[in-house]
Parts: sequence; C-alpha cells; structure tokens
Amino acid sequence: MSTQVINIIGNLNIRNQTTKFIEWITDAPKVFNAIGIPALSIMIFLMVWGGLAAQVNTSLGQLPGPSKVWEQTKTLYAEHVEERNKEVAFYERQEKRNAKKLEKNPDAKVKIRPYTGKPTFFDQVLTSIVTVITGFLLASLIAIPVGIVCGLSTTLYTALNPLIQTFKPVSPLAWLPIVTMIVSAVYISDDPMFDKSFINSAITVMLCCMWPTIINTTVGVSTIDKDLVNVSRVLRLGWMTNVFKIVLPSSIPMMFAGLRVSLGIGWMVLIAAEMLAQNPGLGKFVWDEFQNGSSNSLARIMVAVFAIGLIGFLLDWLMLSLQKSVSWDKSAVIR
Amino acid sequence: MKHLEISQVSMEFETPAGPFVALENVDLTIAEGEFVSLIGHSGCGKSTVLNIVAGLHQATRGGVILDGKEVNEPGPDRAVVFQNHSLLPWLTAYENVELAVKQVFRGSKSNAEMRDWIKHNLELVHMEHAMDKRPSEISGGMKQRVGIARALAMEPKVLLMDEPFGALDALTRAHMQDSLIEIQARLNNTVIMITHDVDEAVLLSDRIVMMTNGPAATVGEILPIDLPRPRNRVKLAGDAQYNEYRAEVLKFLYERQRKIESVPTASEDKGTKDKQDDKEGIAA
Repeated sequence: MSTQVINIIGNLNIRNQTTKFIEWITDAPKVFNAIGIPALSIMIFLMVWGGLAAQVNTSLGQLPGPSKVWEQTKTLYAEHVEERNKEVAFYERQEKRNAKKLEKNPDAKVKIRPYTGKPTFFDQVLTSIVTVITGFLLASLIAIPVGIVCGLSTTLYTALNPLIQTFKPVSPLAWLPIVTMIVSAVYISDDPMFDKSFINSAITVMLCCMWPTIINTTVGVSTIDKDLVNVSRVLRLGWMTNVFKIVLPSSIPMMFAGLRVSLGIGWMVLIAAEMLAQNPGLGKFVWDEFQNGSSNSLARIMVAVFAIGLIGFLLDWLMLSLQKSVSWDKSAVIR
Repeated sequence: MKHLEISQVSMEFETPAGPFVALENVDLTIAEGEFVSLIGHSGCGKSTVLNIVAGLHQATRGGVILDGKEVNEPGPDRAVVFQNHSLLPWLTAYENVELAVKQVFRGSKSNAEMRDWIKHNLELVHMEHAMDKRPSEISGGMKQRVGIARALAMEPKVLLMDEPFGALDALTRAHMQDSLIEIQARLNNTVIMITHDVDEAVLLSDRIVMMTNGPAATVGEILPIDLPRPRNRVKLAGDAQYNEYRAEVLKFLYERQRKIESVPTASEDKGTKDKQDDKEGIAA
C-alpha cells in the first residue's frame, strides 16, 4: 500500500515538472520571436557593418565601426555636460560680479548677458524635434480641415486637386529659398519671439508634409459608408454635427495613416533644410562635422544618423499611440 | 384618408448605355397606421420606391405626398431602418438613439425628458440591458433592434424599413418579427417594409404590394391581408386563410412574375448579397 502511495505522489511530481517543462518549451518560441529575432538581426547588422567598415579607407581615415561610433556617442554626451557646466559657471560669475558692483554702488546698472556657447549635439537634437513638431502641427492644422472639405464637396475637391497635386512633389530644397525670402520680408520685429531660422525650417517642414494628410483625409472622408451618410441625411444633421459625429470618426484610420506619412516626411525634410540653410538642428550638426573633417567626424556623423533614425522611429511610435488612444475600434490591429 | 400618397412615380437612372427606367407609374396610397409590405424579385426597384419616399432619391416623374406636403428631401418624419443596421460604430446603443432624439426633440424636450425617451425606446425593443454597449459588442439581431429603436424614437409619421431582418438568421428573424408585431400593436405606426420573405409579409402586413419585375417595374397586384390581430405565427401556420394568402403571393412571384435571368437561389437567400444585387440591378 505505502509504496503504491509513494509511487502515485512521485508520478504526480514528475507530471507536474513535465507540464512546467512543456510550458517552458512552448513559451520559448514566443519569447524568442519577440526579443530574440530582433536582437539577432541587430547583432548580424553590427557585425557586417564592423567587418565592411574596416575595409574602407577615406580621406578622413578608416570608416568607423560600431565601437568607434559608440565612443563618439559618449564623447558627445561628455561635451554636452561640459558645455552645461560652463554655462552654469558663466551665469554664476556674472551674478557674483553684479553682486560686487551693487555692494559698491547700489545704483549701479547691472546686466545679465546670455551665454553664447556653441550648441551641443543634444541641443541640436532638441532644436530639430521642436522644429519638426511645430511644422507638423501647423501642417495638420491646415491639412485636416482642407482634407475634410475636399472630401465632403466634389466642387472644392475639383478646385483644389490640381494645386495639391502640383505642390505635393516639390522638394524642400526648392521651397527653402522662397520661404527664406518671404520670412525675412514679412517677419520683421525688433524683439522677435522666434528665430527666423526656426520659422524658416518650420514653414518648410509644413509646406512639404501637409500633402499626405490632405490626400488621405480627403479619401477617408469621401469613402464613408453610404448608409451612414444616409443616416445623417435622414436625421438632417447640421454641418458641424455631421463632421464631428459621423465624418471625423469614420475617417480617423485614413487620416492617421496620412498624418504618420506626413510626420515621417517632415522629419526627413527638416534635416535636409537645416543642412542647406545652416539653420540650427541636426542637419547643421552633420554639415558642420563634414566641413570640420577631423578623424572623428565620420563617427560623429554616424551618431547623428542613428539619432535621426531613432527619433523618426520614436515620432512614428508616438503617432501610433495617439491613433490607438483616439481610435474607436479598440479591436482593430493598428501597425 | 390619404396619409401617404405615392403618385405616378417614375424613376430613370442615367447610365453610359442611356437612361435606365427602373420604375414606371408607381401608384400607391397608404392610410395612417397601415402596415404595407413591398415584395418582389431582386432588381424590381423596391428599394428605389422606399428611397424616394425617404427623400434620399428624387423621382424623375411623379412624387410623394405626405399629409398634404410633397416630399423632396430626407427628414426624420420618415425614419428609415436600414438593412444592415447602420449604427454608428463609435457610439453606444444609447448614444446612437440619443443622436436621433437630440436632433428631433432639441428645444421641445428637456434633457431629462430626452433621457427618459431614449430609455423608453430602448426598452420597447428590449435593449435596455445593453444601452452602453457599442454595436461591435452586440449581436446582429440586437443591432437591428437598436436601429429600430433609433427610428421609433424620432416619432416618424412613416416608418420605412428596407429588408430590416434580411441579414438575420431564421430564428432571430422570427423573434424580431414577433417584437415588431408587439411594437406595432402598441404604437400603430404607418409602416412600409421591403421584404423578400413571403411569410414575413403575410404575418406582418395589412396589405402586400407585389411589384412586377424591372426594368420599368410597377405595382403588379395588391393583396389585402384580412387576418385578425394580434397574429400568432404558430396558430396561423395551420390557418387556411393564412395559407391561401401565402399561396397567392407565391403564385404571383413564381408564376406570373417568374424571374428568368435571376440566380435560382435569389429568393431563398435573403441575405446581404441579394440586397446588393438589388442595388446593382438599379445601377446597371
């Protein structure tokens, strides 16, 4: 009897362990799929890059591999920290000097001069992000309403479509001189709130990135389910109610597809515009490094390339999250 | 008393091959509180008649007069129950009805009255338990119930139903028909319903309007259904009078208006496909 009981318990134990093992085995592919596959592809990429880079010799020395680029990333960060410390020290010095002056003569005029150090890599990243978001928001503010009215009215669509199709393929590099001239002619102020360079970049981004949103919103609005249009007609919904209750919700998926393309284009355009116009931002950083031509320049440009790519990725992810949060169909697969 | 008058209505659609005459001289007068079914083969223009009454289409000749006024645009006094429910998928059942109620009763009902009215209509179709559910979370029959509640909540003079139960399975359909009988007994609405289902037509209608085949479809025969209400489908199944009405409609459809070019299953399959055929038939 007792041996039988022990046998049964033993069997149970083994069975338990086996099921756990089986679970682990069956889960393993999922974990591998989610983390392993991307990790593996990244590793292969780094190895191929490292191997090929060693083969290429440029006038600026050997093409940097992953390790050199990582080194420069750290250097750029160190430079940023150093620059910030300098700035803090600069203001502290001024304050001390001012305090001394005031001690001697309470009526003395004191001034705090702004720090004029060179913007670091991270400053340039921030400038670019702020610029692209500004340009993109301006573009969306124009593109979404224009897309909605074009989708609702065939007449307006016919009127605006030739203009949209003509301006859509224009390169940012063609817009830039025109924008620059117009901004310097129109934006005149003694105490400008924004730098001209910032406005130039933002407007160029806006001009280049509003088209996909306009076109997608138009298509989304004009392809609303006919029955829903009939519901709106039977209810005699007003124009605004129709737009907000029926048109907008049903065109959200198409609209967001357009917005995501727009933001992607805007980000690419911005880097090119900054490079050409020497406006502050990542594009200028790349150009400056290229002109600088030190042995580290290529590695520093590659850091910028990765930063540009990762920020683009991040911006798209942000749009995706926004789409998920405003989308009414929570079961839809959005990618 | 003339409540709704469809007078000499003809409808032509422009096609690349020249005008296509869908309807010719459709004449029909409907009294207040009457339940009329339109029955006919696919492509005979039933939906076109309904859309003209709804104001969604404009008749090429002739017109529709409701309570002495000509119909020339859609409006909530002619509420439509669409075949595929047509609820806004981003709104809950309650909000879908609310959209209609706010539109119709803004100014004449207070917010609290509107809330009660929305709930009352959802209760009428037995959907009060799923008020806060979105259309994707409820079954096809329940969606159609909400669609009916939305239409009823507008207090229309005429309720237009375009194959309201066509997309539902047989059991759900029977259930919905019973609900409609119950609602009709309480509210006594004027109803025009399109159907492909002979049983449904006989069970629900005061009159069945049988339409000839298109092109140039028109009213073929009108069959008054003189069965006492409330009607019960199980009792009627053995009723001689009921079966005679059924036979009458079947004879019209399959002997006098036999559709030669139609797909053999068309009259059996009352699903969405049939409806699309209907629309394509008009467009072609």
